[in-house]
Amino acid sequence: MEPLIRIRGLSKRFGNGCNRCLSATGPEFETNMCPHCGSVVACNDVSFDLFKNEALGIVGESGSGKSTLVRLLHFEWDATDGSMEIQRNAGLDTMPELFADGDLYSRNLLGLSPFQKRQVRNALMGIVYQNPFLGLRMNVSSGGNIAERLLGAGWRNIGKMRKRAAELLEKTEIPLDRMDEPPKNFSGGMQQRVQIAKALSNNPLILYLDEVTTGLDLSVQARVLDLIRTLQSEYKLSLLVVSHDLGVINLLCQRTMVMKYGRVVEAGLTDQILQDPQHKYTQLLVASQL
Amino acid sequence: MQMHEWLEQEDLLRKKGDSIVGGYPYGFMDDGAKKDIRRSILKAVAIPGYQVPYGSREMPIARGWGTGGIQITLSLITPDDILKVIDQGCDGSVNAVNIKKFIQAVADVQITNDTLAATVVQTRHRIPEEAMSAGQILVLQVPYPEALREVEASEAETRRMHAEADYSRMWLYLYEDIVNYGEITISYRYPVTVNGRYIMDPSPIPRWDVPKLHMAETLFLFGAGREKRIYAIPPHTTVEPLEFEDHTFRVEDFSGKSCARCGATDTFLDEVIENAGGDRVHYCSDSGYCDKRSA
Repeated sequence: MEPLIRIRGLSKRFGNGCNRCLSATGPEFETNMCPHCGSVVACNDVSFDLFKNEALGIVGESGSGKSTLVRLLHFEWDATDGSMEIQRNAGLDTMPELFADGDLYSRNLLGLSPFQKRQVRNALMGIVYQNPFLGLRMNVSSGGNIAERLLGAGWRNIGKMRKRAAELLEKTEIPLDRMDEPPKNFSGGMQQRVQIAKALSNNPLILYLDEVTTGLDLSVQARVLDLIRTLQSEYKLSLLVVSHDLGVINLLCQRTMVMKYGRVVEAGLTDQILQDPQHKYTQLLVASQL
Repeated sequence: MQMHEWLEQEDLLRKKGDSIVGGYPYGFMDDGAKKDIRRSILKAVAIPGYQVPYGSREMPIARGWGTGGIQITLSLITPDDILKVIDQGCDGSVNAVNIKKFIQAVADVQITNDTLAATVVQTRHRIPEEAMSAGQILVLQVPYPEALREVEASEAETRRMHAEADYSRMWLYLYEDIVNYGEITISYRYPVTVNGRYIMDPSPIPRWDVPKLHMAETLFLFGAGREKRIYAIPPHTTVEPLEFEDHTFRVEDFSGKSCARCGATDTFLDEVIENAGGDRVHYCSDSGYCDKRSA
């Protein structure tokens, strides 16, 4: 089976950089800031594959580069280096210019123009942030928040958009009589569910989840995670789950990568990583969790 | 020098047959300024609906009072031109009269109230009722050239949105309007898509005038002097108001009303309170057209 997307050598550096940045940062030096030039290597040489309908976990402490990774893959920040390629039959039929003749994978999506990136994002991706203020317009109605993505994808029928918004809100257990209320009136858990509904509005293939349950109380966490699992199997989603919580990773993900100081230090099946951690940092992480 | 002194001096000079008035070149602006503005106009015509930045010059009236329109008019006008200036449809309002006097003084052009006789029409917030033809130019004064300003305060961000055709927030604004009020509540400055690409502010013309921009014979030039932007709709260009399949654009409804002076039922009407008793009557907003019909 061929992966849905292929990520190779993804790097992000903040600052001017020097030729010693890479050799002086990383887990063995316990820093991601270059002592010579002060640049921050947020993410270095990350490579992985994401398959259809699989959930891949990225775990690591604060500052390990996991959120940077998601922002690079969601085209919010420009990568310093690296490539992202998508499989031909993944649903980008409207953009044939991305695929060279006969190639199974696209050109490097990270090198596209901002306009093309927006098209790819609208066609393929959804994102749920830890902080609902990042993913939602708090003063716009919940239905409007969902409609925004549909409008971006060219929908021009109010009735149809409201129907779609109602469907998604129903799926995410938001009462329909609150559809025209702004999310600022909602509780944190509800806001998170509106965010999920918004992320799903354009039928994405890939859903990025950036610490989605952090800050929610345990019972609400469980419901949100349950919802995500149901939606994943219903819509055949590929999930990229970023979390510092091994419990979340364990529940959602078949495969996991462990990051520290911008590097992937260990990758494998989630069960394997949790039961037989190889890297010192992973062992520490697992020991402190259980 | 006071304006009236300058105008008097200009009269004397003209009687002597000297075309340069008060030390100023023909058309008030120097050739460099005119060249800059004409180049901006050409670029604007080449990219319909795109706001071209330009170096807005000081005019002898305050910015925000039609300086963008005046600069376009002055950079295009020749002594053979016939000029009409209107303010909300009216040839006789203070702003229009002052602009006319000024342009006549510095460019020595003939003035008319007849839309069809004019070669250049400068307007604030209306498009004349009579259909203009290919030989004419309509210059619109623009207070706020950025159609997206309503949804985004940052200029850098609105420029990015235009560059990437990222217009979902403008559409969302309309969606919310419909959800909250059952219809789109924008009465003037109704946003339009030009040539299928840029969302453009048509200046504060009423909805009534928006369809006149679509596939017109005439060149429309928009000047925002304070905001330093010029944009254009060339002839035969599609101009579509933003609308939804199930909430279509519509113009103001004057059914059952007519002009109390000329009897017109097919023009944009101004409501006027006629007397102390509060009786309301309607008159054509386009005074030149009303005069023509009444004559």
